[in-house]
Amino acid sequence: MSKVIYVFEDDISTDHIYPGRFMATVLPSETPLHCFADMTELNAALKEKKYPAGSFLVAGSNFGCGSSREQAASTLKGHGLIIVARSFARIFLQNAVNLGLPLVSCPHIEASAGDELELKDDMLVNKTTGKSFEIVPLPKLRQAIMDSGGLIAYTRKLVVERQTK
Amino acid sequence: MPMTLSEKILARASGLKSVRAGDVVEPSVSLAMSHENAALVLHQFKEIYNGLPLPPNVWDPSKIAIIFDHRIPAESSKTATNHKRVRDFIAEQGITKFHDIRGDQGGICHQILPESGYVLPGTVVVGTDSHTTTHGALGAFAFGIGATEMASVWALGVALNIEVPKTIKVEIDGKLSPFVSAKDIILFLIGTIKANGANYRALEFHGSTVRSMSTSSRLVLCNMAVEAGATAGMVPPDAETERYLYKEAHVSVPLWLEGPDKDAEYERVVKIDADKLAPQVACPHTVDNVKPVTEIMGRKVDQIVIGSCTNGRLDDLAAAARVLKSRKIQSHTRMLVFPASWKIYKEAMELGYLKDLADSGAVIMNPGCGCCLGVHQGALGDGEVGLSTTNRNFKGRMGNPNAEVFLCSPEVAAASALRGVISDPREV
Repeated sequence: MSKVIYVFEDDISTDHIYPGRFMATVLPSETPLHCFADMTELNAALKEKKYPAGSFLVAGSNFGCGSSREQAASTLKGHGLIIVARSFARIFLQNAVNLGLPLVSCPHIEASAGDELELKDDMLVNKTTGKSFEIVPLPKLRQAIMDSGGLIAYTRKLVVERQTK
Repeated sequence: MPMTLSEKILARASGLKSVRAGDVVEPSVSLAMSHENAALVLHQFKEIYNGLPLPPNVWDPSKIAIIFDHRIPAESSKTATNHKRVRDFIAEQGITKFHDIRGDQGGICHQILPESGYVLPGTVVVGTDSHTTTHGALGAFAFGIGATEMASVWALGVALNIEVPKTIKVEIDGKLSPFVSAKDIILFLIGTIKANGANYRALEFHGSTVRSMSTSSRLVLCNMAVEAGATAGMVPPDAETERYLYKEAHVSVPLWLEGPDKDAEYERVVKIDADKLAPQVACPHTVDNVKPVTEIMGRKVDQIVIGSCTNGRLDDLAAAARVLKSRKIQSHTRMLVFPASWKIYKEAMELGYLKDLADSGAVIMNPGCGCCLGVHQGALGDGEVGLSTTNRNFKGRMGNPNAEVFLCSPEVAAASALRGVISDPREV
């Protein structure tokens, strides 16, 4: 069980998550510095490590729309966050899976900042309000990438297999 | 079984007789494009080979294209160092489709690919840039991916676990009025179906308006397909595609010029009447907040931008010059022009467009992405308003979360420059 640290509206773009002016910073070890850089308070709180790993960000539909910049997924992963949204934009979802950032697709989620959420099988439970919400599972092959620890490990395995064929 | 254009191409690239929406395929990639973010791709690529007794060599150096465009010339030592790393890797791997910061080969990736003849109809193109959808204008299935996914493509030559998308058919019929162009159509479409209206879907553009459009205009439609969430945006290849590739891009191989099957299954059909379309503007801070220009005329504008992978082509510069007719831009307004490639820059120079634009007061910038993504070459000040022919207006997009960005066609941009306020090009 962990707390919701922030609730976003629909259509949060990767420009919001990781503004373009920081795109020259690419390494996953460095991108967490600029997470939500234009939201000064949230950025500062994340950098000060105010939120424990496993904390939730909750968003509306189409989270991660816009630019394909992978920094948007790596910056969130660097802070150990779990992202719950009513839906995710395609490239962002794929980037998150490839890097092993946990996403929860929850079409009817209702939560406020400070609420306690818990993942229970195929449901997301808002412990504060007592309501439960259905989770849409990741497509099978995406889950397979996630389970192997991300796309680098998944591809490494394939490179070896296909080499020996 | 009848197939959509996406289904046909994905079947073809996957070595299958047919596929249908929902199938998961592993298509061979004909072209893998990156820009500055090749620095991250090559970092991830080397990670794949970390600990393996195999050399980290790309699957086919002739199928990788790298174009520096996002931050050129380098705005920081960090970017310059990334550029250098990528150049070293390109030399080491023998990658030939490389366009450096040079006046004889450079430009924006989504212009360089078409004009160099790198994109062929019926093929699968991936790019580490969301606007890779642009290349659907030439009848390719082209989509944006992240850097790690590109590293995987560099290693294997295929795109893993691709779900064949459902398709939305967009039928555009009629004749556009003077001063109304492809940008207005795509803004209108995004305003209608909204920013997530085509998520995980392909858009297929049909109708008499599209058939009679130049490739340049079709590139505008497909470029912004991603702003409705589309995986790909496509125009079935036809005689115009053939003309463009043979005559302008100097391609010499036989072309695959097939459309979708007659009874292909579409998720839905969206119709647009081009005859009645007015110039459109996307208002802050989402691309789907679209209104006819008549509803927001009079808003004061501080900076006007003409350029980008959406509207920095020769006909866009010509349209702007035609509206300005050498008249002066309002004194409180500044105007930046970014031709999409050096080829276009030089053509526009020879045709006199650049001189005309500069005489009106515009600043002609070097080809590249410029200020579109808010890194350099034209940030907005606090409280300022930008009007731009680019493709995104998210809060902070042009480098300042305390500014506003409106999106429009080159015609609206030029008309607004004359008056210093958002204006209707049919009236100036």
